[in-house]
Amino acid sequence: MQYLLMLYADESGWSSMTKAEQEQGVAAYVAYTQALKTAGAWVGSNRLQDVGTATTVRVVDGKSQVLDGPYVETREQLGGYYLIEAPGLDEALAWAARCPGAGHGTIEVRPVWDMTEYEPVCDRTK
Amino acid sequence: MRPHEVVDAVARRSYGKLVAFLAADTRDVAAAEDAVSEAFAAALAHWPVHGCPANPEAWLMTVARRKSIDGMRHRRSGEAVTTQLQMLVENQTSESAEAIHDAEIPDKRLALLFACAHPAIDAGIRAPLMLQAVLGLDAKTIASAFLTSPEAMGKRLGRAKQKIRAAGIPFAIPARDELADRLDGVLDAIYAAFAEGWSDPGGTDVARRDLTDEALFLARLLVALLPQEPEALGMLALMLHADARRRARRSASGDYVPLAEQDVLLWNVAMIEEAEALLRYASTLGRIGRYQLEAALQSAHVERRRTGRTDWTVEVQLYDALLALSGSPVVALNRAVAIAEWKGPAAALEIVNALAADGRLAQYQPYWAARAALLARTHAYRDARDAYDVAIGLERDPDVRRFLQGKQAVVVDRLI
Repeated sequence: MQYLLMLYADESGWSSMTKAEQEQGVAAYVAYTQALKTAGAWVGSNRLQDVGTATTVRVVDGKSQVLDGPYVETREQLGGYYLIEAPGLDEALAWAARCPGAGHGTIEVRPVWDMTEYEPVCDRTK
Repeated sequence: MRPHEVVDAVARRSYGKLVAFLAADTRDVAAAEDAVSEAFAAALAHWPVHGCPANPEAWLMTVARRKSIDGMRHRRSGEAVTTQLQMLVENQTSESAEAIHDAEIPDKRLALLFACAHPAIDAGIRAPLMLQAVLGLDAKTIASAFLTSPEAMGKRLGRAKQKIRAAGIPFAIPARDELADRLDGVLDAIYAAFAEGWSDPGGTDVARRDLTDEALFLARLLVALLPQEPEALGMLALMLHADARRRARRSASGDYVPLAEQDVLLWNVAMIEEAEALLRYASTLGRIGRYQLEAALQSAHVERRRTGRTDWTVEVQLYDALLALSGSPVVALNRAVAIAEWKGPAAALEIVNALAADGRLAQYQPYWAARAALLARTHAYRDARDAYDVAIGLERDPDVRRFLQGKQAVVVDRLI
């Protein structure tokens, strides 16, 4: 199964860190990513720009509404994600617990919706 | 036995086994429950006409499996179904078909219990989930026992099952290094079901009285499946000790009778002896825990009442160990009550006063009742009367309320 690990943390923590602390923090994520890859569990991951860069879009009555800012204002913001492959929730939770983000924020673990049942609709190459 | 009686008896023994076996591969508890219910309905229609099959459980499994495949065809289409059907068919031809021939369906109830009490499942719904998935209780019965509406209970149960299926909660017995922690979740859920039933001490509410029996059944099942886990043994011993005194907790006129005044002859000796044997065996396994300590305390209470011998130091020691383990203010309160017998009410009052700072006891009836009793013993009758007022105001059981009012009346007499 695939799981999305969503990393939430207070963004102001990053800017208040010294250069050395930031480097150390990044190194921890690099090591974590490497561990996932070595275990064959890594599918994808990215760090996101600050929530200040967020823009929301929705279409109402055929007109698109664009708003500056995130979907919801929260104390901790979505700062990045890992998409991983794991046999079950226990293994996914074990990976989440190892993520450096679990130490300075919260990680939401969500199973990916298995779309194979819609295969004939999804796969246009066949 | 008549066919419907056979169906009832088999349901008791096999319901959870069938659900666990069907759900183990797909993790779809709701679908497994539907299939098993349909199989029991088919049995009720079929057996009275054609006679009971030689192996009722295997008959039910065959029908339930067919229903579950039908159900899957109905629910889904496309590739996912093919794989899942493949899985079921493969199982049928290999392990399980043989198993059914051998009249022995592999027991996966332990895996089901661990799934129900998984840390990713909200702690408050674990006990209801077990009662439903393993014992087949309906949402309405569970809701009335847990004092909530059937709709709300049904919704929460549905959500929990959906989570087990979609989030990939495993049907597995945790590895050795995790077993103790995860087992705590299972034990706490079973004990919560027991305590919920127990909180109706008069046993007048059938749904709740039955709940203690259902919880005992789960505890016995757990001990049968994990016979070397001292805490599982300890929890069963604790429940048996409490249940052994059920009849003694009410007088003939329905009045509440506290432990210290109970008629020892009304205690269920067989249950007490079973509890003691379980506890002795647990102690040989060399791993102490909350449930064993609580059972040991029950054992000490029983011994004291039966022999008239009082060794309060032992009880206080047990409470010390329990307090160190749990940090629970309720344990601290019970410890203070034991200390009152050992060192006198003044020493106990000092502890109880200190506990008042812990806001968690402010709405706990036994705290105010214990406080009132201690105050009365130190001749602080006015304060005792006021404390009884709070205790009476917090109690929801009318019999216990009447008991407390009786105690308060004695104190008020002294005031005049």
